[in-house]
Amino acid sequence: MAISESQHRTRRRRESEAPDIPDVSEVRPVAPRLGGAPVLEFRGVTKRYPSGDIGLDQATFSIGRGEFVFLVGSTGSGKSTVMRLLIKELEPSSGTIRVAGHDLSMIKRNRIAYYRRNIGVVFQDFKLLPARTVYDNVAYALQVTGGTRREIRDKVPDILRLTGLSLKLHNTPDQLSGGEQQRVSIARAFVNHPPLLLADEPTGNLDPETSVDIMRLLYRINRTGTTVLVATHDQAMVDKMRRRVLELSQGRIIRDEATGLYTRDETTREFARRMRQPPTRPDGV
Amino acid sequence: MKLGFFLKEAIRSMRRSAAPSFAALATVLVTMLVLGVFIPIVQATNGAANSVRGRVEVDVYMNTNANAGDDARVRNELLGLSHVKSVQFVSKEQAYKQQAQTDPQAYALLGSNPLPDTYHVYPDNPSNVLAVHSEIAGTGSGGSGQPIDTSIAKVSNKQSDTQKILEVTNLVTITAAVLTVLLVLASILLIANTIRLSLYARRREVEVMKLVGATDWFIRVPFMIEGVIVGSAGALLAIVILGATKIALLDPLASNWTLIAAPRTIGFTFLVVVLLAAGTLVSAVGSGLSLRRFLRV
Repeated sequence: MAISESQHRTRRRRESEAPDIPDVSEVRPVAPRLGGAPVLEFRGVTKRYPSGDIGLDQATFSIGRGEFVFLVGSTGSGKSTVMRLLIKELEPSSGTIRVAGHDLSMIKRNRIAYYRRNIGVVFQDFKLLPARTVYDNVAYALQVTGGTRREIRDKVPDILRLTGLSLKLHNTPDQLSGGEQQRVSIARAFVNHPPLLLADEPTGNLDPETSVDIMRLLYRINRTGTTVLVATHDQAMVDKMRRRVLELSQGRIIRDEATGLYTRDETTREFARRMRQPPTRPDGV
Repeated sequence: MKLGFFLKEAIRSMRRSAAPSFAALATVLVTMLVLGVFIPIVQATNGAANSVRGRVEVDVYMNTNANAGDDARVRNELLGLSHVKSVQFVSKEQAYKQQAQTDPQAYALLGSNPLPDTYHVYPDNPSNVLAVHSEIAGTGSGGSGQPIDTSIAKVSNKQSDTQKILEVTNLVTITAAVLTVLLVLASILLIANTIRLSLYARRREVEVMKLVGATDWFIRVPFMIEGVIVGSAGALLAIVILGATKIALLDPLASNWTLIAAPRTIGFTFLVVVLLAAGTLVSAVGSGLSLRRFLRV
């Protein structure tokens, strides 16, 4: 005899009146695009690896300018595949990818380097040039684009100040902590002010405290108008930041929410409904 | 273009990865040393072989009753033959003196001079000696079967010996050539492999450069400059060592042993240039080509 009848009735009434968090299978409106064509567009993109594994399966989505998007999903869900397709390390088996309106398949092999200069990339393992100072690491990104010595002298200290590394100018990566190394990586990715910044598990090797700092940095970069796409399974971060979430599972996009959480939220009613149904996999968006 | 930038990059990366660079330098040094010793040896061998071939000749023995007129006539006939470069006359008196030196007692027993006048006929090319012989002796096709002049008693060319000499010297030259090619090939492979290893150790770096948007050539040039520096340094060191060895050991020996001095080697300067060019070129090109593998990242 746990609950009285009246209490039970009240609860039922409350539930029926309570504002429902909408059914997750509905499509949520995406964040409003700030002007013009999308920065990034995947249309029916499939990637099949030579080993037979499916990297992506008919992925379709678009990201507008200035958006901050999380790409979530378990290992092997296709997050890294998306990143590698975007930097043209891989070619899609089918489908079209457009970046800033340009079809990526139109970019010839000898132009890939020029294309990559428009995208800043940050990786989980930092990928810094070893035995080079912080200054030289960031400067390299400018030298590659033919920056003059004066340009480098102006821009590099600036970006290092923005990322909080002013005191570490002359240190080499092995003298830096993980968080500092990632900042250098971000500084290098952003020094050319690219329109798109990709981050593949940027906080994967970092502790929670440092992860917050890094995400703050990425957020600040997004505020300058840069489109940011972050692949992560840092659940806490996604939940805290409440940005657009693209969820992948086994290569398919199963969710695209404007201000999503890492895991989908359910009301108890939906939970009950789901429990009573025969087990099915939810449809993709 | 920005050669200064690339040069600085090359020097930096050499300082950073000292061990692999040194390994490459040592490899170039060793291979150049081996080549530097081998090439003069090959040349001396070829020179000796050629001088042996040069002594191949046809001996024409005149009748013992031939006089000066016959000698002169035969001489002109011989010079008129094709493939004859020169003709050397040894009179019976000279022949007697030469032979008497080898065996004075035997020749003292002889009363008169049994030796004939001799013409040593030298062909323009050692391989033509047999043709010349058959012309003089008339044994060739279209020949009369008789020597071209009645005053000629006998034509000798030590046929089997000549054949052997030609074959052996040919073999020596061919073997030397094959060995040289193999050695050069081995040197190239060795240097290229060492360079590949040092680049393999730096493939992460190359990967990062590609991700940041560096073009293939932007990545390649510093490595190739490194190859040039390492290659020329290795070759120069080898040259210095070879030169020191030559001055310290060989030149004193050469004054005593004509075998070393006689076959004129191509000259040390030319060897220097060849080694330097080889070392530098193989290192530079090897670096550039090896990077192709890693630039596929």
